[in-house]
Amino acid sequence: MAHYELDARRLLCPMPVIRTQNRIKELEAGDTLDVIATDPGVKADIPAWCRVHGHSVEAIRDLPERREIVVTVRVAG
Amino acid sequence: MNANTVQPQRKAVVLLSGGLDSMLAAKVIQDQGIHVEGINFYTGFCVEGHTHAIRKQDQNKNKRNNALWVAETLGIKLHIIDIVEEYKDIVYNPKHGYGANLNPCLDCKVFMVGKAKEWMDENGFDFIVTGEVMGQRPKSQRKHTFPIIARESGAEDRLLRPLCAKLMMPSLPEREGWVDREKLHDFSGRSRSPQIALARALGIEEWAQPAGGCCFLTDENYSAKLADLWQFRGEKRYELDDIMLLKVGRHLRPRPHFKLIISREEGEGLFMEGYRYMFAHMQTASHMGAFALIDGKLEEGDLELAAQILGRYSKAEPGEALTVEVGGLPGGVSKLVTVPAFGPQDMQPEWQV
Ligand code: SF4
Repeated sequence: MAHYELDARRLLCPMPVIRTQNRIKELEAGDTLDVIATDPGVKADIPAWCRVHGHSVEAIRDLPERREIVVTVRVAG
Repeated sequence: MNANTVQPQRKAVVLLSGGLDSMLAAKVIQDQGIHVEGINFYTGFCVEGHTHAIRKQDQNKNKRNNALWVAETLGIKLHIIDIVEEYKDIVYNPKHGYGANLNPCLDCKVFMVGKAKEWMDENGFDFIVTGEVMGQRPKSQRKHTFPIIARESGAEDRLLRPLCAKLMMPSLPEREGWVDREKLHDFSGRSRSPQIALARALGIEEWAQPAGGCCFLTDENYSAKLADLWQFRGEKRYELDDIMLLKVGRHLRPRPHFKLIISREEGEGLFMEGYRYMFAHMQTASHMGAFALIDGKLEEGDLELAAQILGRYSKAEPGEALTVEVGGLPGGVSKLVTVPAFGPQDMQPEWQV
């Protein structure tokens, strides 16, 4: 199980979701991925995408001083 | 056929836009025991999903992505495909022409169904489903255009339109008995009542009603801005950033060689600030006011004119001295410019893009 990061800053939804989807295809079950984004839409869209594909969102962190949001996804088995 | 032969479960990929029609089409097929997954294409022009983050006044509105919401409601997977680059050719040179604005609907449908066909082949699916209704849209959903979409996309008779299938020759999934033609529909025309009745019958109580169709290319004002961009670039060309910026701010072209994009409110200003690295930009310094990007090359006197125009959208009175901070000029130069602010009477209507 490994941990990865995906830089989705300055992309507008649904691009961060598409990047997340494409990155997760390359990962193994149990891996985690931190998606770093600036579009607040990711707070709704990445969890929705994860729900339909069975992955889980472990955390959503707001970093207001950097105007960033980090969504941590765990890849389904 | 041997009675013991177990029929494989058939699989359909549905083009899900997030609207009611494709939701119904998916549900009708799903209810026939077919394994359904959704596919949604991101062209860069989609109305869904990207504007919500920009305008502050919209930030409290529902931020959901409708296609994902439909997939979740139906309990199916959704694959969102980035077609921004490939789609450019469709917008530049639509073989079948544009609709009322710069919307190349027929070519767009052919392209999307073609992409769905590729996806179907790669993923071992059996057929493609769309929510098209005959006669619903002037260009792409007329009776004679349906065979064009099926043929030119390569989907041929693996393309099934459950909402109007009964008005057409049976497709392969119907002929093979994978789906029961009797349980499909014969909707035509622009009335929405058959769809709404079907939604109720299927227990669907809520759906998205995107205003203005599936994409910005059907919008007259948006198309005018895109046409302006092409005209002044001297060629049909755009990048994703260009078409994003056409969705925000006021666009004014005071001179043929430059355009100003002026924020209308704080959310737009913040969004546009993300483009400072690409464009020269201005912000009022002496008064409260807007943020602007300058697209094009500035000649003698242009900077002052741009600053005066920005003054029109600031708290400065007409004619009052206004200081504007300009950045991102050639060589990374920044400077302060002080000019008398324009008032409404100084603005030329033809500047409006
Ligand atoms: S409205 Fe836009 S997305 Fe829809 S078919 Fe026409 S060009 Fe394609």
